[in-house]
Amino acid sequence: MRLAYLALGLSLSLSLFAQIALAQEIDVEAQRSYPGTSERVVRVISTADLNIFEPFLQQFQRSNPEIGIDYTVTSSTELHRAITQNHAFDLAISSAMDLQFKLANDGFAQTYRSSVTEELPVWASWRDLIFAFTSEPAVVVTYRADFDGLVPPATRQDLIALLRENTDQFEGRVGTYDVRDSGLGYLFATQEARSSDAYWRLTEVMGRLDPQLYCCSAQMIDDVASGRLAMAYNVLGSYAAQRIEEDDRLAILELEDFANVMLRTALIPSAAENIQDAGALLDALLREGMRDVHDSWVLPPLSDAGAPEPAAFGPIRLGPGLMVNLDQLNRRAFLDAWESAMEQD
Amino acid sequence: MMRPAGSIGRRLTLLLAAIAALLSLLSWGMVSSFSGQAAARTQDNVLAASVATIAETLRSEQGRVRLELPYSAFAMLGAISQDRVFYRVSIADETLTGYDDLRGGRTPESPGEVLFDTLDFRGETVRMASISRVVLAGRGSVPVTVSVAQTGNGIAGVTADLSRRAAMMSVAFFILAVALSAFAARASLQPLNSIAQAVSRRGPSDLRPIRRIAPRELEPLVASLNRLMERLGQSIRRSEDFITEAAHRVRTPLATVRAQAEIALHTVTGDEEKKSLRRVIRAVDESSRSAGQLLDHATVAFRAEDLDRRLIETSELTKSVVESLSPTAEMKDITFDLSVEATPIRGDAILLQTALRNILDNAVKYSPPETTVKITVRRANGLAEVEICDQGTGLGLGPAQQLTERFKRGDNVAGVVGSGLGLTIAEEVMRAHGGTLSLRNIDEEGTGTCVLLTLPLA
Repeated sequence: MRLAYLALGLSLSLSLFAQIALAQEIDVEAQRSYPGTSERVVRVISTADLNIFEPFLQQFQRSNPEIGIDYTVTSSTELHRAITQNHAFDLAISSAMDLQFKLANDGFAQTYRSSVTEELPVWASWRDLIFAFTSEPAVVVTYRADFDGLVPPATRQDLIALLRENTDQFEGRVGTYDVRDSGLGYLFATQEARSSDAYWRLTEVMGRLDPQLYCCSAQMIDDVASGRLAMAYNVLGSYAAQRIEEDDRLAILELEDFANVMLRTALIPSAAENIQDAGALLDALLREGMRDVHDSWVLPPLSDAGAPEPAAFGPIRLGPGLMVNLDQLNRRAFLDAWESAMEQD
Repeated sequence: MMRPAGSIGRRLTLLLAAIAALLSLLSWGMVSSFSGQAAARTQDNVLAASVATIAETLRSEQGRVRLELPYSAFAMLGAISQDRVFYRVSIADETLTGYDDLRGGRTPESPGEVLFDTLDFRGETVRMASISRVVLAGRGSVPVTVSVAQTGNGIAGVTADLSRRAAMMSVAFFILAVALSAFAARASLQPLNSIAQAVSRRGPSDLRPIRRIAPRELEPLVASLNRLMERLGQSIRRSEDFITEAAHRVRTPLATVRAQAEIALHTVTGDEEKKSLRRVIRAVDESSRSAGQLLDHATVAFRAEDLDRRLIETSELTKSVVESLSPTAEMKDITFDLSVEATPIRGDAILLQTALRNILDNAVKYSPPETTVKITVRRANGLAEVEICDQGTGLGLGPAQQLTERFKRGDNVAGVVGSGLGLTIAEEVMRAHGGTLSLRNIDEEGTGTCVLLTLPLA
């Protein structure tokens, strides 16, 4: 009898350990639970910072108080790994379109259809597996004081010239994504390299200026705000806009030649358990994505992508072309080129 | 009336509609299948272009095989449909890049050749294109295989859409075909209907062959109809011959019997014998008259079938009949009062003579001796009229029309011998000529009868 208890206890603790071990495999940046009035919980894994998403989650819970939400923030590569390893999440939200697309293509997402998904523009979803709910441009954030007296560059050519001419001022004070770590940084870099030959020249110019490399937009904006950086290249426009509102030391540099517009996407993983509530949350997200009022949430709606501004290009296309840059050989080749441009001396 | 055995028109329409339905179904199936093949071929072509684009980038770098997946290779797949895409680049069994588990396709034998396979991959059926290319790497040449696979949801959607359109077109085609079939059936049956109408428009005794030009299919029918009518005509002619023959055969012995009886009447002396011989003569007379009338009736019945329409002057005709009956009238001291005017008509003189003779004969028979029978021939109301009025016992009080029925006699003539065929014969002749016969009493007491004959003028 005692032996049986022992065996039971042992097996329980073993399985508990296994679960913890599995959970610990993901490098979690932040996690927060929003308990609902019932036992029902939607486990969300996302690349979006908590302070960005919290207003939306609270609003959702006001209309659906019975649904609890467990919100986990991680990097896009960790998120991709978590879903491919079938960790138990009910909704995956990421800014790395290519990784999200690959999840859907490789069968890690499940089909979801509702009256809301049917209203989405055709380009904002793929096979009812993956849905876009924001359109966010990549922008250049500057420390306003550093650009006083300088002619603000209008194109990447101008920016290259500016950096070349003011080497002393920008030495060690240019920041951008470390594309080796950041999925979003890699997406922006590869798309830009495809769109413009100016990208590689700009990277080389930045490489000579001892660039600071970051994992995330938020830290980059922090460092620009503090004056440590004069310029952060390819920052998420939505994050920047939120900060500029409360900090006038920061400015957004409008480059007119083109802008990369990323679609933040959500999918319901094939390993999801609470599909019903995940669907409700997804519908709420997509409704936000299709809203007309621009300022009600930091994350801009999909309609921004279609804004007919001369500088704005269409959003990055949700399609198999995204997988090209995830190919291991292509990725290796790109990173080699990027490293040799970025890490000079 | 026999119930018709279906309708040729409906049968033709139904048959054509059934054929149209079959053809519609067949064309729908064919269009669906072709569109499916076309969509599949489109996918194959795009897959082939995709693998070729990737194979183009294969190169050797420091003795190792390198490649750079071009964006367009996958973008072109995404451009045609939202289908899942898988790929694998391999040297022999070793995966260089892509999905390591994308195996099972055939390996192209010769470089540049694109092979297509349909296989199951990760729970879905995919179409895979593979191409081989030899890359010089290290000491030798290495065959590299590039495979790109795509799910078929897009082409299934296109095929279903085209199939639905084809189905709608087939239904429209079918409806049009049915409408045209009905029209075609009616148009094809038009000659048949017109022949039927031509035949039914004919008079009851018109046995001339049909001269109308018939379609080849109807020629046998027209020919046999013509043969039938010819046989019928021959049979009628034979009957007429027979009747004429019979008339002679019956009348001649009767005349002989009567002559012998007359002679016997003159030779015998006994009153009893004379009385019985007179009865014989009277009976023979009556038989002869009846036979004559029966034959008249038969003659009328047959001649009316194929009426002769020669120009006849009614007054002349009436005069000749009156003259032929004068001796009989004189025996009863009956006078004919004849007034005529020129009234040309078209008709069969023999029949008209027969009709007039029968009416006059009746008038003489039913008139008391020493009376006058008044005969008037005139034009009135655009018609030729012949009126014969006697001063006899009249028609009695029975209905006048009945008297023209066969073997019907007035109810007040029981004392007079007669067959009751006279008026029937006259009326049939009138009807055959498009004329009428009417009877009336001259006055309320029923003394004296008028028979009015009307005929269309020539």
